Amino acid sequence: MTETTRTTAVSRRTLLKGTAGLAGLAAGSGAITGFPYVMSAEPKVLRYLGTAVNEGDDISKQCLKDTGIKIEYITATTDDVTKRVMTQPNSFDVLDTEYFSLKKLVPSGNILALDARKIKEFDNITPVFTKGETPGGKKIGNQGTAPWKVLYLEGKDSKTFSKTATEFVTLIPTVYNADTLGIRPDLIKRPISSWSELLNPEFKGKASILNIPSIGIMDAAMVVEATGKYKYADKGNMTKEEIDLTMKVMTEAKKAGQFRAFWKDFNESVNLMASGETVIQSMWSPAVTKVRSMGIACTFQPLKEGYRSWASGFCVSKGVSGAKLDWAYEFVNWFLSGYAGAYLNRQGYYSAVLSTAKAHMEPYEWAYWMEGKAAEKDIKAPDGSLLEKAGAVRDGGSYEDRMGAVACWNAVMDENDYMVRKWNEFIAA
Amino acid sequence: MDTSENILHQASPGLARGSDTARAAKAARLSPSFISWLQAGPMMLVFLAFFLIPLVFVVIVSFWDYNEYQLLPAFSGRGYTDTFEGCIAQLPDLCTIGKTYLKTLKLCFMVWAITLFIGFWVAYFLAFHVKSKTWQMGLSLLCTIPFWTSNVIRMIAWIPLLGRNGLVNSGLVKSRLIDQPVEWLLYSEFSVVLALVHLFTFFMVVPIFNSMIRIDKSLIEAAYDAGATGFQTLVNVVIPLAKPGIVIGSIFVITIVMGDFITIGVMGGQQIAAAGKIIETRLNALQFPAAAANAVILLAITFLIITMMSRIVDIRKEL
Repeated sequence: MTETTRTTAVSRRTLLKGTAGLAGLAAGSGAITGFPYVMSAEPKVLRYLGTAVNEGDDISKQCLKDTGIKIEYITATTDDVTKRVMTQPNSFDVLDTEYFSLKKLVPSGNILALDARKIKEFDNITPVFTKGETPGGKKIGNQGTAPWKVLYLEGKDSKTFSKTATEFVTLIPTVYNADTLGIRPDLIKRPISSWSELLNPEFKGKASILNIPSIGIMDAAMVVEATGKYKYADKGNMTKEEIDLTMKVMTEAKKAGQFRAFWKDFNESVNLMASGETVIQSMWSPAVTKVRSMGIACTFQPLKEGYRSWASGFCVSKGVSGAKLDWAYEFVNWFLSGYAGAYLNRQGYYSAVLSTAKAHMEPYEWAYWMEGKAAEKDIKAPDGSLLEKAGAVRDGGSYEDRMGAVACWNAVMDENDYMVRKWNEFIAA
Repeated sequence: MDTSENILHQASPGLARGSDTARAAKAARLSPSFISWLQAGPMMLVFLAFFLIPLVFVVIVSFWDYNEYQLLPAFSGRGYTDTFEGCIAQLPDLCTIGKTYLKTLKLCFMVWAITLFIGFWVAYFLAFHVKSKTWQMGLSLLCTIPFWTSNVIRMIAWIPLLGRNGLVNSGLVKSRLIDQPVEWLLYSEFSVVLALVHLFTFFMVVPIFNSMIRIDKSLIEAAYDAGATGFQTLVNVVIPLAKPGIVIGSIFVITIVMGDFITIGVMGGQQIAAAGKIIETRLNALQFPAAAANAVILLAITFLIITMMSRIVDIRKEL
C-alpha cells in the first residue's frame, strides 16, 4: 500500500505544477485528487455500459489510479442493456452483460469479440467458464445458456458460436454466482431443502418469484422438476409443450393464492422479505445480504436440486478501434488482475480469475467467502460495514460446493417469444 | 369554387387560389386567415414533430416483422396476430389481451368514479363554500402539495402502511378488532385503486373547480328564488354547467390510468395485468413491432372512450 500512497503524493505535486487549464480538466473529470494521467494529452475515457453488479465507485477509482483509464458508467437493467446494444451500439465502448444475452447480441453484429491472446490472465480463468467444471473437477450443470456454450466465436466477425476453443472470445468472464431461494428462517421455523417448497400450500400468500420472464421461468422449472411432475431435457430450452406445462403449474398456484407479489428489482425483493410479506422467494445473493444487514434473519437457502446460475463478462462495441480498443484491453486486463475480483468476492459474487483475487484478499476473508469455513474475524462489506460476525459460515458453503451444485444457467430459449407471451398470460391470470 | 377547392383553401389559404393574381396579392397583404395560420403554426409544427410523426412511425412499425434481435421492415400482421393469439379458439373464455383490457377498464372505471366523486365535492367546496378569493387560491394551492414529492414516493409510502405487518394491520390487531392481519389491504385491486385515487384526484379537482368558478352566482340565486331545493339546483344548474370540467378531468384520469403500469405494478405486487405492462414486457423482449401493435390498440381503445365522452359534452362549444 505504501507504493500506491507514494504515487499519489507524486502526482499531487505534479498536478500542482500543472497549468490551471489542466487543473480544470482534472476537476471536470470528477477526480480532483489528482493522478499522473491527467497530464496526458488525450484523457483515456471508456464508456462502460452494464448492470450495477460490476460497477462500483471503488472499482473505477482504483482503475483510474492504476491505469489512468477513466470509466464512465452507464447503468441499466439487463433488458435495457440489451436494448441499448441493439438500438444505440455507438453509445458505449465497453459492454458488461450476461452470457444468456449473447444469443441476441451476437447475431445483431453490434458487438466485437475480444482476442483471448491479448488477455493476460485468460489461461487462469476458472474452468467453470472454459470446461464447465469446478477447479476441483466437479461437473457443472449444462442446462440453459451455460457460458462455455457461447464463449467462443468461429472467427472475428462470425455470428456463430464455436464448439471448440478459438482465440475469439464473446465475453471475457468477470463475475458469476449461483442463485437459489431466499427464506426467512425465523418465520418458517423448519428446515427447507427443496425448490418444491416454493409451491407448498403451507406458504400460501407468502411466496414470491421474480417477474423477469427469462429468469422466472427457470425458477419455475426448478420447482416443477422438484415436485416430480416433469423432468425437462433442458430447462433452459423448453419446447412449447414444456412451456405450457410449466406455466400451467404456476398459474394454478397463482389462482390458488400462493403468491403474495412478484418482484422485478433488487429493492422490491428486499422489501418483500424484510417486511415479512413473503417468507420464501427467488432472491439474489446481495439482496439476502441486504436483508441480513437490516438485522432480519434471512438465508440464501441451498437446495438439494441445486442452483440456477448466471455469469457476465466484458466485450466491446463494434465501433471501438485503435487506441480505444487498446484501452479496453488494458481495462479488461486490469479488471482480471485482482482488485476488482477481490471486491466482487467480498460481495458474495465470484470472480473469474481466482488466483489474482486471492492475492488481494486476507486469508480469513478467502477462507470465509471461498472455502466455506467459519469466519475467523468479523466479515466486512467492501464499504466497511459489518456483514457477518466472527464464527459465521457462508450459506451453501464453499465455492466448490456451490458452483459444483449448479443445475442450470439463465437462458434465452429458442421459443423465447412464445414463452414471453405465455408469461404475460400467467400474470393476467 | 367547387368543394375540393374549398377544402384546399381551408388547408392552405393563400396558396389554393394562387392562380388568381388579385387574390394572391390580397394574400400577400397578410389576410387575417393567413395571420391566424401563422399564429397557430408553431404549435402545429410542435404537434406534428412530437406527436403526429412519432405516432405514424409507431403505426408503421406495428406492421413490421421481427426476430430475436432486430426489426424486419417487411409488412407483417404478426404483432397483432400474436397479441390476439387464441382469442377465438378460447371463446367463451377470455384470452390474455381480453382479460388484461377488461381488468384495466375495470380499474379505470373504479378510479374514474371515485376521483370524480371526491374531485367534484372538493371543487364544489372550493367554489361555493369558500367565499374569499384569497382562501380559494390558498386552498387550491394546498391541493398541489402532494405533487411536491415524486409519484413513486407517494406510491411507495402506502406499502409500510398497508402491509401484513403494517401500521393499519397492527393497529387493528392490537385494538382486537381482528385476530389475523388483513391480506387484501396490499398487493390487491384495493391498493391499486387507492393509490391511483390518491395520485390523480387532483386532476379532477382543478378542471371542475375551473368550470364551477365561472358559474354565475345569480343563476344559483335564481334557482333558489324559484323554489328549487339544494339537490334540484345541483342537478339542474351546477352539474350541467360544470360538465366541461367534469369531462376534461375525466379525460385526464382515464388516459393516465389506461396507460399506467408502474402504479398497478407496484401496488398490485406485479400480479395484476395492465395494458401498459404488456407493452413494457414486449419492449424488454426486444419485440418492438409487437409493442407498437399493443400501443396502437391501447391508443384506439382510449380514443374510443374519449370520443364517447365528448359525444356527451361538446367541449369546444362549452369552452
